[in-house]
Amino acid sequence: MSALQGIRVVELAHERSALAGKLLGDMGADVVVVEPVGGSPTRTHEPFVNGVPDPERSLTWWHYNTSKRGIALDWTRPAGRDALLALIARADVLLEAEDPRVLAARGLDDAVLTHALPRLVHVSLTPFGPSGPRSGERATDLTILAGGGPAWNCGYDDHELPPIRGGGGHGYAIGCHYAALSALTALVHRELGGRGQRIDVSMHAAANVTTEMASYNWLIAKGTVKRQTGRHASEGPSMPSQQRCADGRYVNTGVPPRTPKEYENLLRWLRELGLESELPEAIFLEMGAQKADIDLSKIGSDDEITAIFGAGRAALTLIASRVGAQEFFLGAQRAGLPVGVIYSPEEAFEDEH
Amino acid sequence: MSEQTEDPVAQALAGIRICDFTGQLAGAGATKWLAAFGAEVIRIEDPTNQGGWDILRRVPPFVDDRRGPDFGGGFNNHNVGKRGITLNLRTERGKELLAGIVERSDVVTENFAAGVLERWGFGYERLKELRPDIIYVSNCGFGHTGPYVNFKTWGPIVQALCGLTFTSGLPDHEPAGWGFSYMDHTGGFYMAMAVLLALLHRKRTGEGQWVDMACCEAGLTLNGPALLDYTVNGRPVRRPGQPNGNRSEWPRMAPHGIYRASGDDEWVSIACRDDADWLGCVSVIDEDWARKQGWATLDGRIADQDALDEQLEAWCRSRDKFELQRTFQAAGVPAAAVQKPEERIERDPATAEFDLWPTVHHAKMGDVRVDGLPVRFSETPHTITRGAPCIGEHTEEVLTSVLGLSAGEVAALREEGVV
Repeated sequence: MSALQGIRVVELAHERSALAGKLLGDMGADVVVVEPVGGSPTRTHEPFVNGVPDPERSLTWWHYNTSKRGIALDWTRPAGRDALLALIARADVLLEAEDPRVLAARGLDDAVLTHALPRLVHVSLTPFGPSGPRSGERATDLTILAGGGPAWNCGYDDHELPPIRGGGGHGYAIGCHYAALSALTALVHRELGGRGQRIDVSMHAAANVTTEMASYNWLIAKGTVKRQTGRHASEGPSMPSQQRCADGRYVNTGVPPRTPKEYENLLRWLRELGLESELPEAIFLEMGAQKADIDLSKIGSDDEITAIFGAGRAALTLIASRVGAQEFFLGAQRAGLPVGVIYSPEEAFEDEH
Repeated sequence: MSEQTEDPVAQALAGIRICDFTGQLAGAGATKWLAAFGAEVIRIEDPTNQGGWDILRRVPPFVDDRRGPDFGGGFNNHNVGKRGITLNLRTERGKELLAGIVERSDVVTENFAAGVLERWGFGYERLKELRPDIIYVSNCGFGHTGPYVNFKTWGPIVQALCGLTFTSGLPDHEPAGWGFSYMDHTGGFYMAMAVLLALLHRKRTGEGQWVDMACCEAGLTLNGPALLDYTVNGRPVRRPGQPNGNRSEWPRMAPHGIYRASGDDEWVSIACRDDADWLGCVSVIDEDWARKQGWATLDGRIADQDALDEQLEAWCRSRDKFELQRTFQAAGVPAAAVQKPEERIERDPATAEFDLWPTVHHAKMGDVRVDGLPVRFSETPHTITRGAPCIGEHTEEVLTSVLGLSAGEVAALREEGVV
């Protein structure tokens, strides 16, 4: 039995909310996605099966609409609107990402939704919320990530190169994760005896609180982080953690060792590879193996701890430059060190795990 | 439940108690959401190392010159609204106390490396003995089965292994990656969803369960249609000209990118969705180069995208990023300045509109602003007012209210090094 068996979701087809509907559907909800009579515009999105454009061959549509049933309905006309309302009246959740005021203009305002339907959970996902000074602005995945903060963190040491948007639609994904979380939270509240409700999710606000240190470093210390190649943006430059391996592929060398056991394992691996003599800092690895856990707050102020911590990074970088990426990944992980090979999506898919 | 009266507004998750071992952001982010909606989250930490497993307790940023386990700014940010107790699980008495808390909890959450809780004697079978309908949610890199079960991960490692680091970059450059632990945030989202889904299931069936979450697998699902393009069409992302995160391959858009504006490291994003948007761009730019015949159609702009981007960037770089945002938006074209933290936190009316940076009171740091939640619930709004717990801040309160110990008994436990 799936967790959401028996829960019905009516989703108004929109590229902004599709992932949230997919998550609820994949968890067992009966998700009915409502498309316009001519089909959702997402059906025109590439890539297509074998490159042949067709509304039934859009892999973007396929990806974001698993576990849903579909109907086509013109709810901008009164008869369609009434049919949609009848459908919503029998649903637990209405999920939609229409621009502000679009639903109300068609007679689908709070009065006929959550007020008249006390068990309904209405999740509205919009770029900037339903009202306010920016609520009329146009947005796409790119502009959400750029205006909302994530893109500022991502890019290269060379600031002649632009900030980078991570591929894969994450501006929309972040909003959808909050939308799905909101729907589930409201459903639990209803199961515990509460009523339904209206929930507004702002995609811009969602991106703003999905930047990790970039936001709280400003909130707490008025510090501005700056982007760096393949590692956390930070106020001052940090040591590189991305390394090109002997086979030309890249790895992330992770957080350097912090415990005596990790230093011991790293030193042993370095010796097995015959590389100890090439690392002037190897002496500090021995010190790390003999000391208590590294106190991270003393890096930069305590010379010995700084040297030991830096030696861990230097040893991993040296090893990575001498072996293939996969060998580095498996070797380091088997030594108990959290590192990762940088897979392309298809390589991640093919990996044995 | 001891603090029902704290907030008179209905709380969505009131009455749900969570025995919480999570840390960093990947776990703590999950229980932050649940606490904000009224769940009683009790963090269990190790007194012998002052909660040292969660490294964020001790690392910058700091509010002032004070250092130590109660002054990590990130820890405060991710643990607002929770209570914190210490239990030494190397002692039998510590294990007994934990067993008592589990018996009285709905959910146990943790994001240790696989198998840690089991080694402490609190694997799922034991948890179930203590409370048959317990919900146990674990979150680690690869879950508790499979060839990499003993491998360790952090956010950036998960991102590397699931494809997300690779797809954030420019062609002919090394990966740029994410610049923050995106998969710690996202792992937390999925972990919180797992808790809520299991609560719904338990409410209807009376059954608890173990949700064994693998953060790398969660990340793998977030590559968009790229995996289908590979499995259906046989086309890999690792190919010449890819990846290019700032362009839009699916759906096709052009121009679509992040362009240099005037000033030091100032940028603006512009996404031209269709030919109508391009007409809007042309009206804003109002120069002959933009009226080039071939660029009137999407196919023409895609075919000549390098030249188009070069022209557009040359035009943008003498103009202010917010002015560009305003003028393109006025023409109906999606555009947004790449905002720096100060700009989006202090001067953006859309984050103020959502009260996105609430102030909490922390017992030692005082009043501190934190990340809020980007949602508004009409009936059960969330509450973020109390800072993260100091080490053992609520040990006495929880052991007396939840387990019924006396203050004297708690003092004795402290003497014995149990708490």
